[in-house]
Amino acid sequence: MLKANDFEGRDVISIKDFTREEIDFILKTASRMAPLVEKGSDLLRGKILATLFFEPSTRTRLSFEASMHRLGGSVIGFSQPGVSSVAKGESLADTVRVVENYADVIVIRHPLEGAARLAAEFAQVPVINAGSGSEEHPTQALLDLHTILEAKGRIDGLKIALLGDLRYGRTVHSLAYALSNYDVELFLVSPPQLRMKREVLKDIKGKIQVVEMDDLTPLLQDLDVLYVTRIQKERFPDPLEYEKVKGSYRIDKKLLESGREDLIVMHPLPRITEIAPDVDETPQAWYFKEVRHGLYVRMALLALILGAIK
Amino acid sequence: MTERTLLIRKIENGTVIDHITAGYALDVLRILGIRGREGNVISIAMNVPSRKLGRKDIVKIEDRELRPEEVDRIALIAPQATINIIRDFAVAEKKRVTLPEVIVGIVKCANPTCISNSNEPVTPQLNVVQRSPLLLRCHYCGTIMEKEDVLKQF
Repeated sequence: MLKANDFEGRDVISIKDFTREEIDFILKTASRMAPLVEKGSDLLRGKILATLFFEPSTRTRLSFEASMHRLGGSVIGFSQPGVSSVAKGESLADTVRVVENYADVIVIRHPLEGAARLAAEFAQVPVINAGSGSEEHPTQALLDLHTILEAKGRIDGLKIALLGDLRYGRTVHSLAYALSNYDVELFLVSPPQLRMKREVLKDIKGKIQVVEMDDLTPLLQDLDVLYVTRIQKERFPDPLEYEKVKGSYRIDKKLLESGREDLIVMHPLPRITEIAPDVDETPQAWYFKEVRHGLYVRMALLALILGAIK
Repeated sequence: MTERTLLIRKIENGTVIDHITAGYALDVLRILGIRGREGNVISIAMNVPSRKLGRKDIVKIEDRELRPEEVDRIALIAPQATINIIRDFAVAEKKRVTLPEVIVGIVKCANPTCISNSNEPVTPQLNVVQRSPLLLRCHYCGTIMEKEDVLKQF
């Protein structure tokens, strides 16, 4: 039987490093965190989180910082590598070996794939991956699952579509891995150039039913969850390729009329044009509610990893 | 009884790489960094009938004994190859290529945006997922590599 202190000192690098039992445990702990957002807590008093953001981020960094503050801890870090020693050419390995002396846990976002794993190998304190290139974003996957649980009461048995940039979007990679632990039907809808990375497909095929397709329309009426992503302009090696696929999908209120009433539309944000603003007022819009779940999940992870919950 | 002649002559000293996957003899030379300008006599036989493999390639390199790390490298593209070190026309040592579970330092990750290809103090590490056909996976970023991705680096 899994216990809270089994998580103490653990890194969160890939969602693949966690079993279904462990994921469910984190999600349950996240639900226990919800009341603490209002009340505040001293669970992490005296603990310091270092946020090393080598790539722009607003919501993930703020979410981690807010989670730490809500639990009574404090935060140090940088979000502009241009003004830190990184700009002088310092390696990531050196940066984390310095920062570990100041903090009890490190959250890192980096433009290169594998960066979080490397950081974890050099750091003595636990490392949480807040996005490593186009590879993974495990805490986003956990908050996505927590959101689905709240909306649907379960994950097993659902029909879920991931839509948009499945090649470069790290959130869909982590979410697909996470969902492959559950009994779901997964539809991967994207332009042919932006199909799901073969690495991910190799790992999830055989565990769950996966269908790849170009067009969302025939699917919409049966879906429980529609997870929309932004086309990741910044990760295209060739800007012309981006021009070809930008604006491939646009979800609007009219389109959603052919979906079920209890369909939920999710998005890791920021959105550009892939979800029209008129969707915001519909009951299907869950993307802003997700943000709240990010807090619960990150509070849970920090509390578990730092051994504050016994 | 039909008289069978040797396709390539016996060598006095050097290395015979036998049971190379048919069609990969030139790649074996490539992965060993042998370009033919080193001066050694090199004989290559390709698509030779073989009882064990159906067809196979053979490479004979005269006056050069392969080092263990070179033997490991061959395992990446010809996992069934056998290596005979020849001294004075006789087999002095027999070696089987073995592909370790983790390939450290021989091959780089094929993903240019992998952290192991930046200026970090780490050696590339690839986990062997499947031996034949070859499938490697980067320890850091998880990128999958096949035989062709490996060959591009040599």
